Amino acid sequence: MADESYPDELLYHPEHDWARVEGDSATFGITWYAQDALGEVVFFDPPETGIEVTKDTPYTEVESVKAVSEVYAPLSGEVTEVNAAVAESPEKINDDPYAEGWLVKVKLSDPSEADGLLDAAAYRKLLEENE
Amino acid sequence: MSTAAALRRTPLYDAHVAAGARIVPFAGFEMPVQYEGVRREHLAVRDSCGVFDVSHMGEIATTGPDAEALLQRLLSNDVSKLEPGGAQYSCLCREDGGVLDDLFTYRLGEQRYLTVTNAANRDSDFEWFAEHAGDFDAEVRDAGDEYAMLAVQGPRARELAGGLADAQLPPRMRTATLRIAGAEALACGTGYTGEDGVELLLAPEAARGVWDALLAAGAVPAGLGARDTLRLEVCLHLYGNDLGVERTPIEGGLGWCCKEDTGFIGSDAVATVRERGPAERLVPFVLTGRGIPRPGNRMLHRAEPVGEVTSGTHSPSLEVGIGMGYVSAELAEPGTELEIDVRGTRRPARVERKPLYTRERH
Repeated sequence: MADESYPDELLYHPEHDWARVEGDSATFGITWYAQDALGEVVFFDPPETGIEVTKDTPYTEVESVKAVSEVYAPLSGEVTEVNAAVAESPEKINDDPYAEGWLVKVKLSDPSEADGLLDAAAYRKLLEENE
Repeated sequence: MSTAAALRRTPLYDAHVAAGARIVPFAGFEMPVQYEGVRREHLAVRDSCGVFDVSHMGEIATTGPDAEALLQRLLSNDVSKLEPGGAQYSCLCREDGGVLDDLFTYRLGEQRYLTVTNAANRDSDFEWFAEHAGDFDAEVRDAGDEYAMLAVQGPRARELAGGLADAQLPPRMRTATLRIAGAEALACGTGYTGEDGVELLLAPEAARGVWDALLAAGAVPAGLGARDTLRLEVCLHLYGNDLGVERTPIEGGLGWCCKEDTGFIGSDAVATVRERGPAERLVPFVLTGRGIPRPGNRMLHRAEPVGEVTSGTHSPSLEVGIGMGYVSAELAEPGTELEIDVRGTRRPARVERKPLYTRERH
């Protein structure tokens, strides 16, 4: 399992999701905190490419042996790619949540929505407050 | 109202925290659900040896000249067959055959028995025992706080626990009083994982020393998460999920531990269901594709709802979704194709024989 980290170049959603925004596209995944809370991920059923996801709304699930966790879209758009390697080896979400463990790539419908997300410092503060 | 304040801790609570456990409320106790991870702990028990703190389970001591007669009335199995030093599994039934609990009884002496109850049923089982003891020359005592209990399970369990013991460990379904890591223990050749091993009943103050000695010997601490996946792979029932007052043991596949001619409470109802054949049966199943079934998921056959999943999880040993649930008896045949509605996605499943996991096949 990876060590706790929240990379500065990512944006964060309070439901413990991250977005790597590049122009009008973004990659989504779940944060170190989310995968740690869930435990060893044993199942990820990726959404279909082409579906629309909506900011603040669950778009898929990840499952540990014990629990099912909904994954929220940090931003809105259309899924253009899913991480088939994670569907095959879901433990990548635990091992490398911000790189190999990414879940979907999305063509953003409104890139300005990103202004509403948290930076790494604000997300860390949120985690501390929730402790 | 704070519910946390009402939660109890076992004598090993500090040991769990020290071992990095994630603690959850379970049956009124703060219990370790996992340490390093459910999968790893599960596989440690299948491949080597794990140790579980099961001190939250209840114990009822039944003693006296009529102890056997009282237990024969309460328990579904034939208690007269239980010899001193023996262990026996049975159901505790209501008059209508509904299952109040499933439990192990150990015969410690001619007139001394110890029955281990599920944690959630500690108080209600004892009340049931006490209520029915009046007609017998026997004493029942709630001994739940007199014991800590460790389950040492896995192919290396006997080697590791035996290495700390001053006498031979009891074989399967037998008990022995011995010293382990310096502490007096009632060792029982029982468990809930499908693996060989022993369960150790100890004085609460002795539990930490034995726990530490087992860990030092190489046993992996394992939590409730692994306990659940291990028992489900071998189709052992979880009371409250797979068994309850609304079913008789026959539907649950526990007819083998019901001896109706002993006249236990509920025996008439159980005999009727056995004779008639149960309308529904508890069946184990595997998902033939991807996904994880969960308790409460609807079970379908040819698109018609036929039941509900009572236990479901990801099997770390088989690496597929597995579960159990009640379906009408004609669908209980191994090989029957089902679908499990997992939160809106219908996932193909197949009824299997139990156990789902055996070492020989996997």
